[in-house]
Amino acid sequence: MLRAVLPMAAVLGLVLLLHPGQAATITTLKSLKLDVPTGDAMFPAGPGSDAINNNCLACHSADHVLNQPSLSRAAWQEVVNKMITAYKAPVSPDDAKAIVDYLVRTKGAS
Amino acid sequence: MQDQDVQPSGLTRRRVLGGMGIASLALMSSPALAQQTVDLHVPGGPSKRIITTSYPQKGRMILQRSSPPWLETPFEVFDKGVFTPNDQHYVSWHWANFPGDIDVDSYRLTVRGQVNQTLSLSLKDILQGLPSFDIAAVNQCAGNSRIYEEPRVAGAQWADGSMSNAIWTGVRLKAVLDRAGVKSGAIQVRFGGLDEPVMPGAPKFLKSLTIDHARDGEVMIAFAMNGEQLPLLNGFPLRLVVPGWCGVYWVKMLNDIEVLDQPDTNYWTATGYRVPDTPNNTVTPGETGFKMVPVTRNAPRSFITNLRNGDSVPAATPATARGIAFGGDCGVGRVDLSIDGGKSWQPTQLGADQGTYGFRQWQTQLTLPARGARTLMVRCTNTRNEAQPDFKIWNPAGYMYNTIETTHVVAA
Repeated sequence: MLRAVLPMAAVLGLVLLLHPGQAATITTLKSLKLDVPTGDAMFPAGPGSDAINNNCLACHSADHVLNQPSLSRAAWQEVVNKMITAYKAPVSPDDAKAIVDYLVRTKGAS
Repeated sequence: MQDQDVQPSGLTRRRVLGGMGIASLALMSSPALAQQTVDLHVPGGPSKRIITTSYPQKGRMILQRSSPPWLETPFEVFDKGVFTPNDQHYVSWHWANFPGDIDVDSYRLTVRGQVNQTLSLSLKDILQGLPSFDIAAVNQCAGNSRIYEEPRVAGAQWADGSMSNAIWTGVRLKAVLDRAGVKSGAIQVRFGGLDEPVMPGAPKFLKSLTIDHARDGEVMIAFAMNGEQLPLLNGFPLRLVVPGWCGVYWVKMLNDIEVLDQPDTNYWTATGYRVPDTPNNTVTPGETGFKMVPVTRNAPRSFITNLRNGDSVPAATPATARGIAFGGDCGVGRVDLSIDGGKSWQPTQLGADQGTYGFRQWQTQLTLPARGARTLMVRCTNTRNEAQPDFKIWNPAGYMYNTIETTHVVAA
């Protein structure tokens, strides 16, 4: 009985305490089971789009890149290098070159 | 720079201002119709972002990245009060691999390493077995406002909304460490959560604090914000709260605390999140040869929240300006407003102090003397007498931006 009451009290507590800035008297938490969107958009098609789709979308969605500012070739090269060395993205040298070329073509700056 | 026009793409601004109500907002959540966007007005672009309502337990948020989620708090939220509603508290994850399914009965927080007794604490142990306390504190990403760096730099293109304020409820980290018994020789404490890298060999997200900081009695293991359990995306069921320090230290879904007797060498502590060790962490683009140090504490900031770039203000008529400020890792000392582009400054009245590390509201009357373009500026000076700088902060990774904010209005 007590086990059934406690979760219910937690639910009611959530309803009653919805004002930001209010402190809690919470003594139990309620389990969560939620779906988090993943973002399934691909990069715009063009030379190198296969390379960037195949190598980059495993870790982050395309909007991560599309929302970046225009950057120089050196800056894009540095970004791709960081993904490979720091974050261990398994990108072949050929694909890395294709990805940098794609980024310079679509989001390049002098 | 807090300049965001929200509008559904494909509709004119006039129609939006005149006709958008609850019904049209509801209709636009249908994928068949135009998505609502926000214009961040950033030179060089891209300026438009989608307004999303698709994330669990989250209301209207600026979609900076779908996965791992970067959800920014829309700026208008900051005009409504000092505490950010949980459903609009910003969201930032480093790795996409974190659970959406968390069972509160089986969840455990481990305390291990240089301790007399390894602990495996249930949520009941934490919520019911240790004294809790509340603290107001701003959670701000080190990269907040990165989009305003000139020249632009790569990284999350946050405008001013990767910051949010809440009253956090939890237990003192010190109490948990004391229960485990920290051995002499301990120098750091490292924190990890349920998030895991996607690629094998990639560095798990971990951050460390010095043992003294960890035991300062303010660092919290939080289980609630604003009176509710944490939203999943803000770190349910437990997250570290490090008052006054950048959000990167506020490890989410905290399940592992390791007391170290050697300096933490993991990527996120030893290599990532670095700024130049120069005044205001600022260098000239292209400059080299400076030492890099980790981001740590927040710097003072302030914003006008009720007037936006392009707004019209009646000339020769008293008007109200208001906004929010925070001191960084100490309180707000004063907030001053300039209506002449920084030539002269007038004090403002501070609202109630709701906690050293939280937002504080400020308000003042202003009278723009004659018609024409006017430049408003707002400057926070914290209780250690550190003021926001009037020059543009710039560093290669775009961290710690706290330049005085400017709002361009028209006196009409």
